[in-house]
Amino acid sequence: MRKPKLAVWKFASCDGCQLSLLDCEDELLAVAGAVEIAYFPEATRGVVRGPYDVSLVEGSVTTPHDAERLHTVRRQSRTLITIGACATAGGIQALRNFKDVREFTQAVYARPDFIDTLATSTPIKAHVNVDFELHGCPINKHQLLEVLAAFLNARKPNTPSHSVCVECKLRGTACVLVRGIPCLGPVTHAGCGAICPAYNRGCYGCFGPMETPNAPSLSRKLAACGMGERDLQRVYSTFNVGELPFREEAARHGS
Amino acid sequence: MNDHAAAVITHEGLGGLIAGLRAEGFRVIGPRLRDQAIVYDDIESVADLPAGWTDEQEGGHYRVRRREDAALFGYNVGPHAWKRFLHPPLLRLWRAERSADGMTVTATSEPAERYAFLAVRSCELHAIAIQDRVFLQGPYVDPHYKARREGAFIVAVNCGQAGGTCFCTSMNTGPKAEEGFDLSLTELLGDRHEFLVEVGSERGAALLAAVPHRPAERQDAAQAANAVARAEGNMGRHMRSDDVRELLLANLEHPRWDDVAERCLTCGNCTMVCPTCFCTAVEDENDLAGNAAERKRRWDSCFTMDFSYIHGGSVRSSGRSRYRQWMTHKLANWVDQFGTSGCVGCGRCITWCPVGIDITEEVRAIRGEGGSDGRA
Ligand code: SF4
Ligand code: SF4
Ligand code: SF4
Repeated sequence: MRKPKLAVWKFASCDGCQLSLLDCEDELLAVAGAVEIAYFPEATRGVVRGPYDVSLVEGSVTTPHDAERLHTVRRQSRTLITIGACATAGGIQALRNFKDVREFTQAVYARPDFIDTLATSTPIKAHVNVDFELHGCPINKHQLLEVLAAFLNARKPNTPSHSVCVECKLRGTACVLVRGIPCLGPVTHAGCGAICPAYNRGCYGCFGPMETPNAPSLSRKLAACGMGERDLQRVYSTFNVGELPFREEAARHGS
Repeated sequence: MNDHAAAVITHEGLGGLIAGLRAEGFRVIGPRLRDQAIVYDDIESVADLPAGWTDEQEGGHYRVRRREDAALFGYNVGPHAWKRFLHPPLLRLWRAERSADGMTVTATSEPAERYAFLAVRSCELHAIAIQDRVFLQGPYVDPHYKARREGAFIVAVNCGQAGGTCFCTSMNTGPKAEEGFDLSLTELLGDRHEFLVEVGSERGAALLAAVPHRPAERQDAAQAANAVARAEGNMGRHMRSDDVRELLLANLEHPRWDDVAERCLTCGNCTMVCPTCFCTAVEDENDLAGNAAERKRRWDSCFTMDFSYIHGGSVRSSGRSRYRQWMTHKLANWVDQFGTSGCVGCGRCITWCPVGIDITEEVRAIRGEGGSDGRA
């Protein structure tokens, strides 16, 4: 039987999510055994031509060229899975969506007229059909392996979309928010295993909004923990600011 | 309950009880200070107990504080419940592997170790009794719970004070441990820091006999009764519970459900910390090559969308319907299902709700008795 062909594509991103695949260390051989790594420039120069059975797509669309390229990726991919906050929500670079990008290019580049960039950073789903979205900034490698194992064996991946709080409770962490430390866990999508609260820090919301977030209620609690209006605006304006529940909550706060 | 007279032990005797249990092969679990909370974890000696610590609890608020004395059990229930051990949060049920002639399925064997729980509060004894009904006394016995529960040794502790969110007196579940323990302690704080021990079983009596102790005198019993009366007198919360089933079932469309939905985060914390909530989800996994598969069971919550997912979507998609499901199950439908309330008044769901939603307050509001809205 022919091994399924895997491709890994990069758009506007930091490469951290693709690195999660290389970071699989112990499981890397199993991955290489289960699929043919056909296109993965971060790992190998060898290129096997498409079409591909599974494409992992990292990054958001920020240039007209990328918007075009994404369609060619979609055409060559039987299954297209986005990995990470950039690909699923637009990433931290989606902060540009609320400002004038021309002003930025003029401030940063000596010859802004050479810069061909879009006014917005948008997720992959805004351009092409997406089969599955894996959240996280960066993604969790165990979840990546779970998603690959699920797709290769034609079953639904176990990547629950409830709050991070459930993961905190499974691991037995005493809630930091109830102990006075601001935490975004109640409005954040599970998947990281609730790492930060286990180290006495609040959740930063890396995995984006959970299935039914109630950010206004959480914000009242965060304010009671001492966060000011400006802090509240910022805390929702990070890697997943492109997701509506966070964007709207950020907009409700400010100076 | 039995004819064994009460006795009094010192720290030395308590140390002897712990050592005795360990010598008999029990894994002793009890209160420890960790991450600024009093959690349940392995205990090797008296030195592991949270001497001189207490907790301050309110809706969505928990802090550990120093006490002025060296009480070992001078706190109230914290973030953990004993269900962590009897009904583990994550359990592999079986593993299957492809073999030459098909497939081999291996069920996970139950742990051989037996638990001894140290410092189980009265509300917690009632919670364990409720989970016993759910897991052991219906037509379908849960073998995993049974393996952990059978033979577990229980050392109860009577509360000498109530926490800010406690309401066991309202639920008739405390603060005095009446049954369901092998030994029960009451901490006697004063010039002589001692513990009154009551015996609840023959093996409890045997363990006590092996450690240094003296017979309890009238004044010891009086001091212990005072401690319990103090706890009874300073419950942080109250809830009228005799008619709550009828009250809730008659108010399924009460506007208060919308009000609570506006505050509820649907985070699921209340169900996870509740010592009686028992729901689980089952997940199947397989390796990349498709040669091995596992079935796992993990705690689930009626606050998740997956919980009520059937073909086409989730039955309870609004926060309103999920909070209502939780509270009406806990306080009303549980009675029809299991012949007992699902709430023992431990207050955990109030303390560990990030926004301090208070079940007693919600009941009062539905009753039309007003009060604060419980907002954080
Ligand atoms: S620490 Fe944060 S994520 Fe964990 S239970 Fe508390 S609020 Fe939820
Ligand atoms: S419903 Fe709340 S107070 Fe009642 S037993 Fe559960 S956690 Fe304790
Ligand atoms: S009642 Fe509180 S703990 Fe329970 S789901 Fe709602 S916000 Fe979370």
